[in-house]
Amino acid sequence: MNLDIDIISDWFRPQSRVLDLGCGDGSLLSSLKQKHSILGYGLEIDSEAISQCITSGVNVVEQDLNRGLTNFPDNSFDTVVMTQALQAMRFPHLVLDEMLRIGQDCIITFPNFGYWRTRAYLNFHGRMPVTKQLAYQWYDTPNIHFFTYDDFEALCQERKIRVLRSQCLSEHFLDRQLLSLWPNMFTETAVYHLTKL
Amino acid sequence: MVSMSGSTLKNSVGLVSPQTVVVREPLTLACGTVLSSHTLVFETYGQLNADNSNAILICHALSGSHHAAGFHDGDSIPGWWDSYIGPGKAIDSSRFFIVSLNNIGSCFGSSGPTSINPDTGQVWGASFPSLRARDWVESQRLLMEHLGIEVWAAVIGGSLGGMQAMRWSLEHPEKLLNAVVIASAMKLSAQNIAFNEIARRAIKSDPDYCDGDYLQQNKAPLHGLALARMLGHVTYLSDELMGQKFGRELRSGAFTAEKTQPIEFQIESYLNYQGDKFSDSFDANSYILITKMLDYFDLSREYQADPVQAFSHALCNFLVISFSSDWRFAPGRSREIVHALISAGKDVSYAAIESDKGHDAFLLPNERYEDALGSYLGRVANTLDVSGQADGEQQ
Repeated sequence: MNLDIDIISDWFRPQSRVLDLGCGDGSLLSSLKQKHSILGYGLEIDSEAISQCITSGVNVVEQDLNRGLTNFPDNSFDTVVMTQALQAMRFPHLVLDEMLRIGQDCIITFPNFGYWRTRAYLNFHGRMPVTKQLAYQWYDTPNIHFFTYDDFEALCQERKIRVLRSQCLSEHFLDRQLLSLWPNMFTETAVYHLTKL
Repeated sequence: MVSMSGSTLKNSVGLVSPQTVVVREPLTLACGTVLSSHTLVFETYGQLNADNSNAILICHALSGSHHAAGFHDGDSIPGWWDSYIGPGKAIDSSRFFIVSLNNIGSCFGSSGPTSINPDTGQVWGASFPSLRARDWVESQRLLMEHLGIEVWAAVIGGSLGGMQAMRWSLEHPEKLLNAVVIASAMKLSAQNIAFNEIARRAIKSDPDYCDGDYLQQNKAPLHGLALARMLGHVTYLSDELMGQKFGRELRSGAFTAEKTQPIEFQIESYLNYQGDKFSDSFDANSYILITKMLDYFDLSREYQADPVQAFSHALCNFLVISFSSDWRFAPGRSREIVHALISAGKDVSYAAIESDKGHDAFLLPNERYEDALGSYLGRVANTLDVSGQADGEQQ
């Protein structure tokens, strides 16, 4: 499940300043510090995750992303990263704007709701998909804004966001053979490296 | 002693007694006055390890003392931070050597308004020189030398104590590895200064204040000091907590026509009790002196009023903690500290603890607070040579 983390790890510059939105237990920042000697800070609201960060020596700041990021100055970080959390934001497009304002560049990973297994689940079961990646029931899911690969591409165009690079990922061999033909159907997780146009 | 049996002693540092040191090295204060020597009263908990690397300095706030943990012989009430200091507690005395002193200008045995000025042989009283947080830091550094400690594993404090921890990080960056800043601020707000001035005015308005010379005249402005404390106390609690704890409960009297007994709310009785208790144990001149010290504190005054520039001198890691219902040192003040540290590229973590206990929350038991502080210091302890301590004890 950490395919996206493995890919993006190489997208960070050595010694850069990194802000991780929704950093969880801090494992990404921790590995980036080891690998690239970055200076990283994570934002998180889950108290257990915060504790884990503190225990493992990851800088963590308790802050609710949905309440805005206005306390961070423009271009105050080299890279702002958010993994698997954009769909949990109250206003994903505004968070994206903020990320691009605060960082020179941004790295985003998200689950593609247009992935064929998700579609099939909804089609055949007629129920909201519960998959390994989207492991919640509809009523208690933190994921309140599902979107597809195509949706995100469109959003980047609308908001004039420059895609430096992107990659489509799947755990499954078959999907990987078809990804480039029909990314919206066969991408399980998408990763994007973005900057202001 | 009765209360010290059984459960109270669990995780307690147990019986403690204060030590006294007379520092003979002259201390030049920020105001220019030189104290040729000064007395410091302090307590220590735990054992210093073989390479003297596991020492923690506890910085007290406005009304605190050296007695932070454990029990004095015959006392039933433990030190002021006993919830957090002890074996297995967040500030773990089985892993750290914890130093807690009474700062100069206070009134629990260290040089201050109630002690004798060695140059005149008279009690200092109101003539004790004006102090700044950096003076406390300097005096703490002299104590550090006396104890043979070269680097603090951590300097920890709440409120004014947090200000000292921050000041340490700028004045002697190489002498501490971690600063823990709890319920604090880089400077007081106008509202904070206003509360302090009302408190000082209350003291000075007491006829027994005698322009500060009450000790010489065998008097004490107990009433004024109690009033000052009552005001302070209200601001250290939250509206929510006071409502829960006291509501509109009556202590005496009733709202019925036939009753003649005067009506007294529980909160009135509580506050009066707290005020009187405080004025019996604290010195009015110390209260004035230390509230002014709070007012004067401005972390970045000497750094072009730029906190980022100020913190760029720090070398230690920081942990910042705030409490949601604290309106004297609100979470916003802590976030300012955090953001200045981030902009300065320093290592910092920040925990915003949910609590209804107001500013006083930093003294009271709270699971999340304990967990954040304990996790942080646990990591600090892991980086020290704890095996050195075990070896040292066997020798």
